[in-house]
Amino acid sequence: MQCNHCEEKAVYHELGRAYCKNHFLSYFEEKVEKTIKKYKLIEKNDHVCVATSGGKDSLAVLYTTMKYCRKHEIPFFALAIDEGIALYRDHTLEDLKKFCDQHDIPLQSVSFKEKFGKTLDEVQNHAITVLNKKPCTVCGIFRRTLLNRTAREIKATKLVTGHNLDDEAQTLLMNLLKGNMRHNAALGPLTGLSENEGFVPRVKPLYHISERETRLYCVLRGFEVNFHECPNIHLSFRAGVRDMLNELENKSPGAKHGMINAFLEILPDLKKKYREEKKFKYCKKCNDPCAGETCNACKQEEELCKEAK
Amino acid sequence: MHVFIEKENREIELKKACTGIELLKELKINPNTVLLMKNEEIVLADEMLPEDAKVTILSVISGG
Repeated sequence: MQCNHCEEKAVYHELGRAYCKNHFLSYFEEKVEKTIKKYKLIEKNDHVCVATSGGKDSLAVLYTTMKYCRKHEIPFFALAIDEGIALYRDHTLEDLKKFCDQHDIPLQSVSFKEKFGKTLDEVQNHAITVLNKKPCTVCGIFRRTLLNRTAREIKATKLVTGHNLDDEAQTLLMNLLKGNMRHNAALGPLTGLSENEGFVPRVKPLYHISERETRLYCVLRGFEVNFHECPNIHLSFRAGVRDMLNELENKSPGAKHGMINAFLEILPDLKKKYREEKKFKYCKKCNDPCAGETCNACKQEEELCKEAK
Repeated sequence: MHVFIEKENREIELKKACTGIELLKELKINPNTVLLMKNEEIVLADEMLPEDAKVTILSVISGG
């Protein structure tokens, strides 16, 4: 098959679009730039923090954000969280350090061990057997908190994440299946329901890009992305939803795009509805904005890091 | 054909030529979840893969 724009052989063919290597790279980067501008994800006066793990999504978002920021003279840096998952995160962080060195990107990193006193591996058994909590739930709470706290301490004004179309479609469906529309109201290219100075706004430049496109971008750009699967992934609800959506996409190409575009139509109304109900308190331990007396991360730290043997 | 399946870290040998679509069907792999490489170059799934080809099936799903 030939590229839609030139005589080169296509390396990408989806939903009627066929592109050679160069036209695919341009398509990808233009789509990211268009998303940033359309939703005002990054602006002139921002100080941008890119949350990154060294996997394909974060390398793609780090590289494209780097290009955008350098073009528009906006300061930025990369931030990595080391959860302490043996034989997984140590590998991806190694890939990330090499990548940041190659591209002259400032890199900050913080770990669960350093900030909460334990690695994820150390608390996992206690979380599953005593508290009936999945490791992905524990990891998500600590991870989101550390990203926000660290970005805030470094005075970042935007927190860029590598969430893509697949991630968003999965989360949307997971929340629907759990009957939790409030959580869906917090989704979208610019995450969150209510502004609060304690939260650094999270933005998703890869919002309209599939994970298949992201991996292709990394391969064609020559980024070294080794496939390392988190050993806890099989325990997650997300993995089942992901497989279901991929089956659906196989039978009805464009299903994920359709789902996200339909969701974006109702999102402003959802945000309006739930924003009115949202009132912040401040955690009595760490002073982070939260819904109750204590934030989820402090509650979890108390339950896990002080109890787990 | 020498095939490396990245997600499973598994290598197999097939004594035939076939298209990428046929190969994925035989291995019960959803084409939406992978990219195909023939002799280190990205190819579309409808590409013919000769018997002497070195094929890599890259996983596109996130690791965690």
